[in-house]
Amino acid sequence: MAGISAYGAYVPRYRLGAETDGWESAGQRSIANFDEDSVCMAVAAGIDCLTGHDRQEIDGLLFATTTPPYSEKQCASIIATALDLRRDIFTADITNVLRAGTTALKSALDSVTAGSAEKVLVIASDNRQGAPKGEAERNSGDGAAAFIISNEDVIAEQAGSYTITENMMDTWRSAGDPFVRSWEDRFAIEEGLERILGEAVSGFMEKEGVSVKDVGKLAMYSPDGRRHAQLARQLGFQPEQVQDPLFGRLGNTGAAFPLMLLAGALEDSTPNQLLLTVAYGDGSDVLGFRTTAKIQDYVASFGVSGYLDSGLVLDSYETFAKWRDVWITDSSSKRPQAQSPSVTAMWRESDQNIRFHGAVCNQCGYVQYPPQRVCVECQGLDDSSPIRLSDQPGTVFTYSLDHIAGTVDTPLAIAVVNFECGGRVLCTMTDRETSEIKIGLPVEMSFRKLRVVNGIHNYYWKAIPRRRAV
Amino acid sequence: MSGIKDRVAVIGMGCTKFGERWDSSAADLMVEAAYEAYEDAGLEGKDIQAAWVGTAASFRTAQPLAAALKLDYIPISRVENACATGTDAFRNACYAVAAGIYDIVLVVGVEKLKDSGFSGLAVPEAVGADVTPQVPPPSQFALAATRYFHQYDIPYEEGKMTLAQIASKNHHNGTMSPKAHFQREVSAEQVVNAPMVAWPLGLFDCCGVSDGAAAAIITTPEIAKTFRDDYILVKGIGLSVGAFGIMRNDWDFTHFPETVRASQSAYQEAGISDPRKEIDLAMVHDCFTITELIIYEDLGFSPRGRASEDVAAGTFSLEGELPVNTDGGLKCFGHPIGASGVRMIYEVYKQLQGKAGGRQLKNPTLGLTHNLGGRPGSFTCSVALLGTRD
Repeated sequence: MAGISAYGAYVPRYRLGAETDGWESAGQRSIANFDEDSVCMAVAAGIDCLTGHDRQEIDGLLFATTTPPYSEKQCASIIATALDLRRDIFTADITNVLRAGTTALKSALDSVTAGSAEKVLVIASDNRQGAPKGEAERNSGDGAAAFIISNEDVIAEQAGSYTITENMMDTWRSAGDPFVRSWEDRFAIEEGLERILGEAVSGFMEKEGVSVKDVGKLAMYSPDGRRHAQLARQLGFQPEQVQDPLFGRLGNTGAAFPLMLLAGALEDSTPNQLLLTVAYGDGSDVLGFRTTAKIQDYVASFGVSGYLDSGLVLDSYETFAKWRDVWITDSSSKRPQAQSPSVTAMWRESDQNIRFHGAVCNQCGYVQYPPQRVCVECQGLDDSSPIRLSDQPGTVFTYSLDHIAGTVDTPLAIAVVNFECGGRVLCTMTDRETSEIKIGLPVEMSFRKLRVVNGIHNYYWKAIPRRRAV
Repeated sequence: MSGIKDRVAVIGMGCTKFGERWDSSAADLMVEAAYEAYEDAGLEGKDIQAAWVGTAASFRTAQPLAAALKLDYIPISRVENACATGTDAFRNACYAVAAGIYDIVLVVGVEKLKDSGFSGLAVPEAVGADVTPQVPPPSQFALAATRYFHQYDIPYEEGKMTLAQIASKNHHNGTMSPKAHFQREVSAEQVVNAPMVAWPLGLFDCCGVSDGAAAAIITTPEIAKTFRDDYILVKGIGLSVGAFGIMRNDWDFTHFPETVRASQSAYQEAGISDPRKEIDLAMVHDCFTITELIIYEDLGFSPRGRASEDVAAGTFSLEGELPVNTDGGLKCFGHPIGASGVRMIYEVYKQLQGKAGGRQLKNPTLGLTHNLGGRPGSFTCSVALLGTRD
């Protein structure tokens, strides 16, 4: 039976928290860095999920988000390329609703069940913005989760689903609107969340013939922690059945939220547990999964817990505001305006820039980046094979801290990174504390957005202090 | 290969005041430099048979030189080769004369940088996919400084002081250079304490950005004799372009092979076996203090990893064993890219003629110029050697 055969997650390194100057909340929330969007986080979660799995076996990629960088132009294709997946796969962006994550999961399960695909990668990722210092900003978080849906090596097989669709204007963002808007709280909670989500959970129970006491873990959406506890209680769940919604550590990660909670629940599940994933938004999705015996031997990746535990609290809210362009900085006098990248060149160099392929010479074995037609070592012509460097560990060979490069991330850390497999790249560093950078620092590569010019989101790889164990 | 030694002579040179020449265009600067060179040589524009103009980014084509000087429909080429642009224009002109194609030719190096509106270097590069990090020049060389300190186990404070002494030495020389952009003393302590630009390089570890032009008139030694007694001979020219060091996993960032190769070929042409002893002065590409430190080793003036000992000993000061950047270098002149190499030749030319004013060395007979263009791992390097007549 179709189900989850692998899972992974991603939480950005930085948090707003009690130590953040100008942040008026005791709890923490995760925040994507200035160069990180839903696509970047999706790639990170995808890498986490695909660790130890053959990327060539993936037949499809569904990307769920409410914060796609493009209105027209698929994001799943960018993610699939960055993840170095095959070209003959089906891809889709599922968007515009907080239920997008569960919708994608359900679609993948249906594809695998129908036999149109053997392995489908589902990634949900979101970085919704609330207005500065408002409730939505306080309760939101940024993050991503990824799953491989398959018929083989299933650790949690599908165990029913139930959906209600109801046109509901409780939370929305119009095209071009940067911040989430909501209608009056009492209406939105009572006539929206509590009624619709509650109805979906009861509907699932009735349809699948299970009761509350049969549920091992409830991975449930909620806009904030207080409502989450209240809702779980109203639905009759005991606290130990409820997967920690991570308010105060992560925050509501939008379309990715119920999937991140599901990934968290899988981390410490035992065989034969019923896991419920509940999403809310213009209705409600409930997906059931039953863990199999295979979950005992499953080697978990870095996951939600690994990423949550490797966070750093940002020093000031002002920095966060600059990252989100809410606080506009004056860089006009420092460097010339960026020109539009050449789309032709972006296309031509997609393998080296997005797949991050280096080349290994078939004649002498020398690894070089970017790939060269003439080998830098033996001058052999057109005789090399691609080598993916995006998931290769590296170390800092030398670096500089630039105060004039005109970035919000001053000083800009520029590093020469040597990969352990051979190959070297000159790149910028991100998610770095200035004090931790030194020669020999272990790093890994992270897919980031360099800049947006001419409406083109230009992505490339940067080095970050290593977070995942090698 | 017969080489260039003693086959061409410089009979006239000119150099503008370098600096923020707000009221001067590239054409104004070229006129200023060229007419000083005409006067120095004792000839007129109509005597010029061919010309080479070096500019990295101020304009394209050779036409602006013809337009500025009203040269009489003669052949002119524009040369661009990164920061070695000026010297490469000079090199091409030398070869044309040595080949016997022309008798008297003009070289002009020029750059008008201060129209950009940016305090740093703002030379547009091809955009392409635009994912290669936009690393400003100070950071490019900071990568070398960080690694140099690490490789030779030099504590940060000590390394900073060595670099500061180089900057301070060049600023001292600049006080005696009326055409320099900056003409005031800067102490090593001021250099160390200056605001950070690209760690570990601070503001005074970086050369300035300025406008300027310089010009040279080249002919054969035989013809030179009819113009003046103190003409200067070209003894050797080396050029090395190495654009793949950055792709080598083993390249160390603490030596620049392009400088080694360019200098070795120039030394070979000139018949030099011990550069530290045989060369009387050197004008090197001190775009950043760390660059000058590494150049000392790459040119064979100091043993590997030990240039800081020579800096401490004052080897490269005006009174030292081998004075380097006697006019203040890029540190004081700034770096109008196309002009810098020709400006260096101007200084060697004046020193060899005994016309260098307060900074005049005692009877120098052989001088070196060195330009390094690009970035560590991908340089164009030129080295020229000029000497007095026999």
